[in-house]
Amino acid sequence: MRESNDMTDVRSARPETDRGRRMSGIGRVLVAVYGVLALAAVGRSFVQIATKFDEAPLAYVLSALAAVVYVVATIALVRSGRGWYRIAWATLIFEFTGVLVIGTLSIVDPELFPHDTVWSWFGRGYLFIPLVLPVLGMWWLAKHRPPAAPASPAAPATDSEAGTGTGADAA
Amino acid sequence: MIEWFTWVQVGVAVVAGVLCLALGFAGRAPSDLTNGALVLVELLLLVQLVIALLAPLFGNQPSGSVLEFYTYLVGALLLPPAAVFWALLERSRWSTVVLGVAALSVAVMVYRMLQIWTVQQA
Repeated sequence: MRESNDMTDVRSARPETDRGRRMSGIGRVLVAVYGVLALAAVGRSFVQIATKFDEAPLAYVLSALAAVVYVVATIALVRSGRGWYRIAWATLIFEFTGVLVIGTLSIVDPELFPHDTVWSWFGRGYLFIPLVLPVLGMWWLAKHRPPAAPASPAAPATDSEAGTGTGADAA
Repeated sequence: MIEWFTWVQVGVAVVAGVLCLALGFAGRAPSDLTNGALVLVELLLLVQLVIALLAPLFGNQPSGSVLEFYTYLVGALLLPPAAVFWALLERSRWSTVVLGVAALSVAVMVYRMLQIWTVQQA
């Protein structure tokens, strides 16, 4: 318990590094759930494409695309810097659009998607996590804007700062 | 796949998950108890891997897709080490919650593996 006190002291002593990293605090839970969803989507897509791609190419290509975007979103949420912040927004909007469009289509016209995707029925097969998660993610991003960079030369500095946390990136 | 062992494994993962979530929401940083619970979950997964590899030799064949089964198993094996590693990097209450999320995910995945082995038709 003494260690954890030390940790908080260290963090409060360096608030600027803390602000640069969205992944600390409750944001880690968000990233963890994203990671699990990314893993699930990649796994399912891998099995679908490896074994029965011919049955429903459209659904499975969509599955694969969704899986890749989930992976990118997970990485973008962890990384700091304005570039990753934009990528995080783009991936979350893509996912939210995907789950709304494909979810609606799969109910209105089931013939279109005879095989399940992550987004069918608004992600019912995944406890509706694909529907809820982008909303939570966008709320989180809106609350944790990166500090405005005064000039472009500052950008490489924040990048190298993020580079010190390579251990986190490996996770 | 040995059914009773699999159910024990699901039970352990659920208990570990609920324990970590409860302690995490109560504000505890990851401890030997919570990290240890995840190590136990991982060890059971390794035993499950050995069982799954050997079972077909003794006539215990999966009814469903072998590839899908191992995709779940390999995915599940990755979760506890990732969660514990992350918990060691930042010792905050939310890391304990992450441990819980990982353990519950493993529980769901092992249950799904059981379905693939026993119910699903290839």
